[in-house]
Amino acid sequence: MSKHKIFYNARLIDPVEMTDSTGGIYIGDGKVLDIGNHITRDYDAKIAVEYIDVKGKILAPGLVDMRVFMNGVGNQTLKNTGASAAAGGVTSLMSMPNSEPIIEDIALVEYINGRSKTVSGINLYTSAALTQGLEGKQMAEIGLLKKAGAIAFTDGRKSVQNSMLFKRLLEYAKSHDALIIHDVEDEDLAGDGVMNEGLFASRLGLPSKPKIAETILLERDLALASLTKAKYHVSQISCVESLNAVKRAKNENAPITAGVSINNLTLNEFDIGEYRSFLRLEPPLRSEDDRMAMVEGIKNGDIDVIVSSHDPQDPDGKRHPFADAAVGAVGLETLLSAALRLYHSEGVDLPTLWRALSYNPAQILGLDVGHLKTGSPADFIIVDAEHSWKVERTELKSQSTNTPFENRILQGKVLATYIDGRKIFELGN
Amino acid sequence: MKNFENMMKPHFADKHLLGIEGLKEANITALLDLAEKKIEQSRRDIKKTDVLQGRTQINLFFESSTRTQASFEIAGKRLGADVLNMAVAHSSIKKGETLIDTAATLNAMQPDLLVIRHHSAGAVELLSQKVNCAVINAGDGRHEHPTQALLDALTIRRNKGKLARLTIAICGDILHSRVARSNIILLNIMGARVRLIAPPTLLPAGAEKMGCEVFHDMEEGLKGVDIVMMLRLQTERMQGAFIPSAREYHQFYGLTEKKLSYANEDALVMHPGPMNRGVEIDSVVADSTRSLIREQVEMGVAVRMGVLEALSNNWLSENKGDA
Repeated sequence: MSKHKIFYNARLIDPVEMTDSTGGIYIGDGKVLDIGNHITRDYDAKIAVEYIDVKGKILAPGLVDMRVFMNGVGNQTLKNTGASAAAGGVTSLMSMPNSEPIIEDIALVEYINGRSKTVSGINLYTSAALTQGLEGKQMAEIGLLKKAGAIAFTDGRKSVQNSMLFKRLLEYAKSHDALIIHDVEDEDLAGDGVMNEGLFASRLGLPSKPKIAETILLERDLALASLTKAKYHVSQISCVESLNAVKRAKNENAPITAGVSINNLTLNEFDIGEYRSFLRLEPPLRSEDDRMAMVEGIKNGDIDVIVSSHDPQDPDGKRHPFADAAVGAVGLETLLSAALRLYHSEGVDLPTLWRALSYNPAQILGLDVGHLKTGSPADFIIVDAEHSWKVERTELKSQSTNTPFENRILQGKVLATYIDGRKIFELGN
Repeated sequence: MKNFENMMKPHFADKHLLGIEGLKEANITALLDLAEKKIEQSRRDIKKTDVLQGRTQINLFFESSTRTQASFEIAGKRLGADVLNMAVAHSSIKKGETLIDTAATLNAMQPDLLVIRHHSAGAVELLSQKVNCAVINAGDGRHEHPTQALLDALTIRRNKGKLARLTIAICGDILHSRVARSNIILLNIMGARVRLIAPPTLLPAGAEKMGCEVFHDMEEGLKGVDIVMMLRLQTERMQGAFIPSAREYHQFYGLTEKKLSYANEDALVMHPGPMNRGVEIDSVVADSTRSLIREQVEMGVAVRMGVLEALSNNWLSENKGDA
């Protein structure tokens, strides 16, 4: 058993009390033993402890990322995902079922849960398929999969087009108190589009998809969620119209929550430039007005969650013209650094940011993580908000390095990541 | 006199011709002037010169095209280049080869000029970054088809004496047309007024912000027009997804003698081919004295000769620089 530790002189971010103040944390046996402004170098733990001066750096709950894709469920994949997460300050994550094999089998869920923490080093939870084969035609075994340990149900990148089936899914999931997480895109309206519809897509000559393809399915989902009173979370919204729909539903007390990808918070369609295939993302990058609306949504709490949408792609899949290139980008390692842009230049305070990055996702998923209070697991990170670094693909821990932030300077970096009080990542090591 | 000729030497310093976007009026004028000189060459009995002698030109077509490929082939051969046609279709792609692998393979064959057509926007630019030779875009997705816009401009300039201040209507399937896109950009650079006439379902988003006036009605849109540029409507788009039927399309957007009468009296008609007679254009109009459609084909060869030569001039000046 490692020695008890006291981290003092820290900038404590508390996303529950929404405070940003100087203090410390006392940990032992993998738990938080005490936390608050009263913990200083002079704190008397009554037993021998190690004192660590955080030197005014941020100490905050580890992040909870509820949208991470893994290509498989093998040890190497779990390990790599864990290493990327730890380097990015993500201490808990939920993987999406769109892997090879698809997570729709009870034994598979048990297999992942049985070894995910040992192998990955982090709290790795799995969601399971919402429909069989992610095909949007027949219900998956929601009750049994939930019993086996799946924490949410989703078809990942796919949207259920059939409204009758989706209504039944909500009704059925409600009877098992299961959470449905849904990507929203009307397939017909999206067509073969590969970027946001507008002048820029027309100029590039790329087939485009309109924002209404997202909003129309979201509106349907919200209507059905409020009808059935089932727990519904829209995985990623990306435009003003969708944000307005979410606001309206929340005003009417529908049991819904909403997420946004870090990419749609920090990039816009112009970043595609001359067909940069690493920027081929879902939802597509939208206009600057939409991006700013997403930031506002985080600021005032209409959007609950920020996700990395971590989606590693084989480099060969990106070595194609834009429209033929694979969709998706890695994001675990850059999630926090990119999100800190909202703090540095868009007026989002740190407790608000952490609420969307740790506390809210944990609450939505029903996990007792994402916050630091006496008795909770000592999952926390130390962050230098000012540390500037250039995103270089060769430096990333992820096996795939399709980052949309390639060669950008980001401000803010995770210095150390702790899980159950044990250091699993330290910058430079 | 020599000095004057030097001053008139075409100014086109880009390594590739990937699109009209980014070109300046002077570049376009230079290319058109150079192409103008090639018309006479093609009309001689002995058509071949040695400008590109010993050079290798590969026409790499990922999308089949008889006309454009033939035009580039003739252009290259008339300048003395060794021309090789490669139809890639989807075969290599199906085998799992990435476009960048294809580029590396071709590059190893040491071509001097690559003429590329690809079904995906941006593909030609991507290839150009991975090869050492000059690249000409012969059409990429819905993006650009620069030599078509140049040949259209040359045709107009020869018939109207200018491009500036002419009113030019582009009619038909603008949404899927790279020809329209390159023409809109070029005509705007050259100071022409551009109108788009199409049903809303065949217009790209933001069309009105592309420097064009947008019309959904031929009578209104053709009023006061100097040039009517018709576009081809692909057969697969006539069957209900974008427009109800070919018959209905012809009724509202097909160029008939009647509709042409709304334009200026001396208005001329163009079409990039191949035409759907009786759909977007009536035979009476297509074959009339006001039609420039045949001339466009001739100008196509001239423009492509001009472009090939302009790009080769760049290596010559580069080589001189090295020496």
